[in-house]
Amino acid sequence: MWRRILFVVLIMTVLGAAGFVAWAWEPALALNPPPDRSSFDRELVQRGAELAAIGNCGVCHTTAGGKPFAGGRPLPTPFGTIHATNITPDPKAGIGQWSEAAFERAMREGVDRAGRHLYPAFPYDHFTRLTDEDVKALYAFMMTRDPVRVTAPANDLAFPLNIRLSVAAWKLLFFHKGRRQLEAGHDATWTRGAYLADAVAHCGACHTPRNALGAQKRGQDFAGGSSEGWHAPALNAQSPAPVPWTADSLFTYLRSGSAPLHGTAAGPMAPVVHNLGGVPEDDVRPIAVFIASVAGPPSPERQRMADELIQRLSNPETVGLAADGQPGAAIFAGACATCHSETRLRGAAGAINLALSTAVNAPDPLNAIRIVLDGIGPAQDRRGPLMPGFSGALTDGQIAQLTGYVRAQFSTQPAWRDLETTIRRIREGKDQS
Amino acid sequence: MNVPPRIHLSRRTLLAGGGALVVSFSLRAAMAQDAQSTGPEPRQAPLPGSLKGSPMLDSWIRIAADGSITVFTGKAELGQGIRTALVQIAAEQLRVAPAAIALVAADTAQTPNEGYTAGSHSMQDSGTAILHAAAQARDILIGIAAGRLSVPVERLKADGGAVHADDGRRLAYGELVAGNVLNVRAQPQSKLREASAHTIMGKSMPRVDIPAKVTGGVAFVQDLRPPGMVHARVVRPPSYSARLRDIDVKPVERMSGVLKIVRDGSFLAVIAQREYLAVMAMRALADAATWNENAQALPEEQTIFAHLEGLPAEDSTILNVGQPASGARMVEAAYRRPYQMHGSIGPSCAVAVMENDALTLWTHSQGVYPLRKAVAEMLKMPPERIRCIHVEGSGCYGHNGADDVAADAALIARAFPGRPVRVQWMREDEHAFEPYGPAMIARAKAALDRDGTIVDWQYQVWSNTHSTRPGAAGNLLPALHLAAPFFHPAPRPLPQPEGGGDRNAIPLYRLPNARVIHHFIPTMPLRVSALRGLGAYMNIFSLESFMDELAAAAGADPVEFRLRHLDDARAREVITTAAQHFGWRSSERLPSHHGRGFAFARYKNLAAYAAIAVELEVEHESGRVRLARAVAATDSGEAVNPDGIRNQIEGGIIQSASWTLYEAVGFDRMRITSRDWGSYPIMRFAGVPERIDVHLIDRPGQPFLGTGEAAQGPAAAAIANAIADATGVRLRDLPFTPERVKRAIGV
Amino acid sequence: MITLTVNGRTHQSDADPSTPLLYVLRDDLALNGAKFGCGLGQCGACTVMVNGEAIYSCVVPIAVLEGRAITTVEGLGTADNPGALQRAFIDEQAAQCGYCIPGMMMRAHALLQKNPTPSDEQIRAALQPNLCRCGTHMRILRAVRRAAQTLTSATATNPKEGVR
Repeated sequence: MWRRILFVVLIMTVLGAAGFVAWAWEPALALNPPPDRSSFDRELVQRGAELAAIGNCGVCHTTAGGKPFAGGRPLPTPFGTIHATNITPDPKAGIGQWSEAAFERAMREGVDRAGRHLYPAFPYDHFTRLTDEDVKALYAFMMTRDPVRVTAPANDLAFPLNIRLSVAAWKLLFFHKGRRQLEAGHDATWTRGAYLADAVAHCGACHTPRNALGAQKRGQDFAGGSSEGWHAPALNAQSPAPVPWTADSLFTYLRSGSAPLHGTAAGPMAPVVHNLGGVPEDDVRPIAVFIASVAGPPSPERQRMADELIQRLSNPETVGLAADGQPGAAIFAGACATCHSETRLRGAAGAINLALSTAVNAPDPLNAIRIVLDGIGPAQDRRGPLMPGFSGALTDGQIAQLTGYVRAQFSTQPAWRDLETTIRRIREGKDQS
Repeated sequence: MNVPPRIHLSRRTLLAGGGALVVSFSLRAAMAQDAQSTGPEPRQAPLPGSLKGSPMLDSWIRIAADGSITVFTGKAELGQGIRTALVQIAAEQLRVAPAAIALVAADTAQTPNEGYTAGSHSMQDSGTAILHAAAQARDILIGIAAGRLSVPVERLKADGGAVHADDGRRLAYGELVAGNVLNVRAQPQSKLREASAHTIMGKSMPRVDIPAKVTGGVAFVQDLRPPGMVHARVVRPPSYSARLRDIDVKPVERMSGVLKIVRDGSFLAVIAQREYLAVMAMRALADAATWNENAQALPEEQTIFAHLEGLPAEDSTILNVGQPASGARMVEAAYRRPYQMHGSIGPSCAVAVMENDALTLWTHSQGVYPLRKAVAEMLKMPPERIRCIHVEGSGCYGHNGADDVAADAALIARAFPGRPVRVQWMREDEHAFEPYGPAMIARAKAALDRDGTIVDWQYQVWSNTHSTRPGAAGNLLPALHLAAPFFHPAPRPLPQPEGGGDRNAIPLYRLPNARVIHHFIPTMPLRVSALRGLGAYMNIFSLESFMDELAAAAGADPVEFRLRHLDDARAREVITTAAQHFGWRSSERLPSHHGRGFAFARYKNLAAYAAIAVELEVEHESGRVRLARAVAATDSGEAVNPDGIRNQIEGGIIQSASWTLYEAVGFDRMRITSRDWGSYPIMRFAGVPERIDVHLIDRPGQPFLGTGEAAQGPAAAAIANAIADATGVRLRDLPFTPERVKRAIGV
Repeated sequence: MITLTVNGRTHQSDADPSTPLLYVLRDDLALNGAKFGCGLGQCGACTVMVNGEAIYSCVVPIAVLEGRAITTVEGLGTADNPGALQRAFIDEQAAQCGYCIPGMMMRAHALLQKNPTPSDEQIRAALQPNLCRCGTHMRILRAVRRAAQTLTSATATNPKEGVR
């Protein structure tokens, strides 16, 4: 009897496995002769460039010191390190022999030309919702870049994730191909913003919490997430920003990289705003409108507190030297106060009063610690806020004192715990994902 | 470096003591062998260099009874190596070791008045004066020795600080200088040492100031610490138009360690025992202050050029040759340069002390005499009661905040007499209040004949003044903020052949028909003054870009096109030298996105010649320009210190590349927004080329030609031309930021 | 009172603990090397070393420096007896105005202590935080290279010699 049940279970498992493999298997698409660059309509290529900027393709697919889109950049995940691939039109090392259909399949279904499943670090769970025209434009853009003959290093993932078939299982559980119906009852700007933020900019990929298998938690869009060791704050009603974001302040932030009552983009957000700075305003404003709507109008209490804060910082009294005895106070006074004025909205070098800082008011001290360690600086000598890093100057204990002090002085949120441990882990390179 | 004593020196006290004989020795006898002594009476012939203004030899050279030699110059060390070069000149002509010479620079109590250390004049003016003064002093001493030893001068030789007779007898300089032997007028000509015999001039002698600078010696005005010194900071207004409305200073006054708060109208400063306390007190005062500001004081940054061209201008035609002509092809272009800042690494600093109604100011001002005059006017003091002593600051590159902070220090010292007061500007204040290089517009139009030769040339340049240097109190920043304020004097254009906004607006090329017009705009929306090169940076950038545009229209190679229009042999030589060393004729194709560009100019058409070739890469996706290499050839006449010249050219290329690729002062309707290195980035190591090669064409015996500003214009144009070569796109609006380049080259 | 160890000597400082090190070095200890360039941690003219790390002394308060070894350019040698790095800068005439140079040297010193044979790329990357407005970059790079060569050959012949 048991043997029969066992036999049936075995057959079911084998059939199931076979069925799964059959389902999961994707064919290779034919090699395509690399299209002539001049065959692409110039305006289509231009649109593709804008979409690629909004979608930040170059940010992941370019490694430090490497050629654009040639891949190689390591992306740490909880499951190991994935290296972005070469998406230049090089026929051997890149996607030069991919047809438009192959490109579309990769974007919508997460399958490469050869039929292999792509790791969802490549956010096809967002790109799947791209319009056909936008896929075309992106293809036209990618195929007209400079080809680069460089192959990305192999991924470094633990078993069984290093077997791509496991991705098919993940897709079975978590991936929904194709368009999603957007909410009705919104104007064209909001709708456009919702599309761009979701399908192109994939904001939720960082700003949404993920489950143990690395998929975005359903129903918790924009409730806060992480990226490369940084905390991506909640953009919904749980936003920790002391001054609630509006469409206008978001637009200023996304387009210029800073907003006067919020601060400056840091960590993985910095290249995002850098790219958005070069994209038409008509694309950025709808995104700002949409993201502002994700949080919704602030509660009266939250608005009142924000107004009071701004009021207080706009009319400071004269203060003498801080006579505060806390150990972090002296560090703050000597290292930070020059730029991060305690009394005004803004200090030297355009730095905000930290009472306005999301990083200081966030549930997680990660961002505050990373900014203290590494500072903030625009890439390649561009214009932008410039803050020094203190990793060489301060010990773990001193940074813990400092961040503890800052949290107490500039936030009404509960104190961060285990600061020194967190700081040590960050310095040791743990918690990179 | 010693801080000079705070006493009022006069020439009389210095020369007092020693011998009684006043030997008025006629140099004509000493120069009897000089066959070139023809021409007008020497007293009426012009004296070389700054001897014109200070003809007495002992204004320049003094020799004490112990043989120690002091050389005086009115020029200041700005980091350009002038101290070293002047010592080399004096040492060579006096036949002493350089270490035997002490150089005193730019001190209103001790040195000649040579105006400003600017315009690359130091070698031409001071170097030439010292060259001749030293040679003539030497010959006076030889003459005296001849008398003492009863031998003719032909049997005498100066060497090692003594005069030697061929029979072995010798007299040290110190034994020869009794009395006022050097208190004689200079002669127009001197017996200079043969260039081929030079052992000191023409050598790359290591700079005398570098060892102290790399080992923590006292080297800068920022390092001065006279006993009893206190620290001060000025609370600067937030904008040009801001005036102090209200402030309660009592809480800050009560801070322990705060000595005094100085307020005069909108001029507000705090003095404290310790420096950091002064900074904290200043911030507290700034927090407490309220200001009246004009919300529309400044024009729109986006439309600044249209705004400038619309302002009233005084037009002068600085070149008008031939008749307007037409040709087979016509080319026209407009170029623009934004406000750019000096951005001195060390914000300006000064130390001042008021004692017994006499003021001593240690300052890195480029002109201690004009500064003294301005401070005297501001304080309503007689200039004789003010002594301005130059002490090095960080590189100033023209008129930066040095004079303003000296004025700050003067005001504060007057309010707190008896103690030396040190005033240090903050970075934000140096950025916001220093006078910038003015925004400029150039429009060029030219006609080419069928052979590709230029037959007509029209060039117009719009610019503010390039000098609001003190001389007048109204050009000192704090004077504008006093309760009884001074006002900007009406600006005037600097005349040709040097020029200001029109510096180098006249090309060196052969142009049969040409008109050049300078539109001088008196109204200054932003504070402006001299930035290294003045108008030459922009004009050379414009016309050397334009030459390339013409060459392209003529189907000619850019280097060959320039040679086609140049008769000046020295100009031709720097061009061919640079082109050859660069490998301009190489048929090797550059990699994709790479380009090469060439440019040439003679600074002010009077000073050094420079030709520069540049290779660069334009990163297609970002628009970033990556400099690969630069090759320069220069001709500075006789090169006193070849390495010093190389240093200036290398530095000038990199500084110009920074201006050209990164820099524009930002402003909104009310305030300057470029307040720190984040909001005004300049080139860092990542942007510097892989190599720069400088080839010097040395011309011993030729007059010295100022080189400190020779590279900036050609470097800018070479970069523009290389970008055009790399991308096919011609950029004409500085700076060539990645955003601008990307927008121009498209997707 | 805060005890500071600068170039091997201890000093008692009665300055307010929040005072940035730069002011104590310059005003109280009369050490001229580190310079005020911005006070914002952007230009590097104030660079000194603390326990082998190059730091901006203008934004580091003395409160955090007790028990840590501070090295300034004065600790590398004197005008009469310059150290290898200083010698290299003199030999290459790697200065125009010279204001940024001590900061450059300390940044370079920190690099050479960690990486005695840096590539050009590495030297450039290490010096990126330091500004030079005169454009002396090429010479600074040559001087650092030269110092690296001098030091590695010195270490090769005498293993005890090395970067101080």
